[in-house]
Amino acid sequence: MPTPNPVDFERVAVTGVSRHFGRRRALSRVTFDCAAGEIVGLLGPNGAGKSTLLSVLATLAAPSAGSVRYGEMTAGEAGTALRAHIGFLSHDLQLYPELSARENLEFFAGLHGLDDPRRAAADALVRAGLDDRADDVVEGFSRGMRQRLALERALLHDPRLALFDEPFTGLDEASCVKLVDRLRGLRAGRRIVVLATHDLDVVDGLLDRALLLRGGRLRPLGGEGTLRERYRAAVATGDAR
Amino acid sequence: MREFLRVAWLVVRKDLRVESRSRELLFTTVFFAISCVLVFSFGFVRGGRAVEGAAAGILWIAIAFSGTLALGRAFERERHHDALRGLLLAPVARPAIYVGKLAGLLLLLSVVEAIVTVMVAFLFEAPLFRYPVRLFALLSLGTLGFASVGTLFSAMLVRARSRAVLLPVLLYPVTIPVLIMGVSGTAVLIDPEPNLAMARLWIGLLFFFDAVFLTLALWTFEPVMTE
Repeated sequence: MPTPNPVDFERVAVTGVSRHFGRRRALSRVTFDCAAGEIVGLLGPNGAGKSTLLSVLATLAAPSAGSVRYGEMTAGEAGTALRAHIGFLSHDLQLYPELSARENLEFFAGLHGLDDPRRAAADALVRAGLDDRADDVVEGFSRGMRQRLALERALLHDPRLALFDEPFTGLDEASCVKLVDRLRGLRAGRRIVVLATHDLDVVDGLLDRALLLRGGRLRPLGGEGTLRERYRAAVATGDAR
Repeated sequence: MREFLRVAWLVVRKDLRVESRSRELLFTTVFFAISCVLVFSFGFVRGGRAVEGAAAGILWIAIAFSGTLALGRAFERERHHDALRGLLLAPVARPAIYVGKLAGLLLLLSVVEAIVTVMVAFLFEAPLFRYPVRLFALLSLGTLGFASVGTLFSAMLVRARSRAVLLPVLLYPVTIPVLIMGVSGTAVLIDPEPNLAMARLWIGLLFFFDAVFLTLALWTFEPVMTE
């Protein structure tokens, strides 16, 4: 019987998280939780605090107030090992343009301490549909190709918590469909997926739950209709206040 | 410890691979260091004879200035495309990333120093290779002290808009003791009447400075890199 990993978790609980940058408040008392096998969408206009919240969830930024618990532990309590269970695709793609696709993936696989970085990189290249361009430097890739590569880089170590900031940026229709399938696969594999996006039509029907962030606060996203209609109604309500 | 060194090596290898393709840091740093020494040679060499006692200072100024240039660019690769966050998200001891970046810089600066030392010895007729082991100790320890502080500051400033201005402003006041020890130690070695006891003292002081600042840098890198 496999030994359960003491740092692995099945739930992330965000409780009263605030994050200030000097006098600017990027997040204000944000509370929600998400469980394994769930895809949660973070919606909101530019500057709403989505990327900041993802950074906090990724342990890259510490909350000014409140806490994030990964299972029973905070990031401080879990320590370095927690990061083995988190994958993050940020808006900037966290790739080295001077290195080839394979070198990028092998480097990050090595950092994550995977048993066979070469094998992991080769598999990821196939999933990204870039195995025929594996030895080309990333500098020459289109935005969509970089996006696919960065996505696989974020998922190389099969993280429990997968965080995506605008994952559909630059992808053509076929790649969007593949990504949606990939996200469904993560849900089926009991991963926790949190994604910030403006591509409401693409994620409509994919998300288990959508959270609206506005001015750093969570707002209700109720009503009926498509995700876009609900989003517009919620934003219009906020504007009227 | 083995895991720590493995991660540091991965970072060094990555930096060397990137540098081997772009050659951006090597070329600019070497070019700057050579220019620096040449400019000084026009000022301090008159009638085919170098001004006495100038060589040690010129050697260390060239190292410090070109080192600052390299330090300013050290984390630029990580800043572009936010690759730094990719590094920081890895389940590894973050000080290992610092050590990897520092080791890459030391390799680069060792190439610069090899060229600059020969140039200074030739242009200023300085007997720099009279005591090669002691000179090597001074250069190695001095560069380690300078780069260990500089790498930490470079990492701290990676998100600052005015990092190019702030780096020397922060770096020089802290590393002035290293430069003074380096210059003084080199000067007593190349003096017509070399004082080996003093050279040993400066080497010892540099070792002490390195131990203190390397420890501080390793200790503070993790909190510094958390936003």
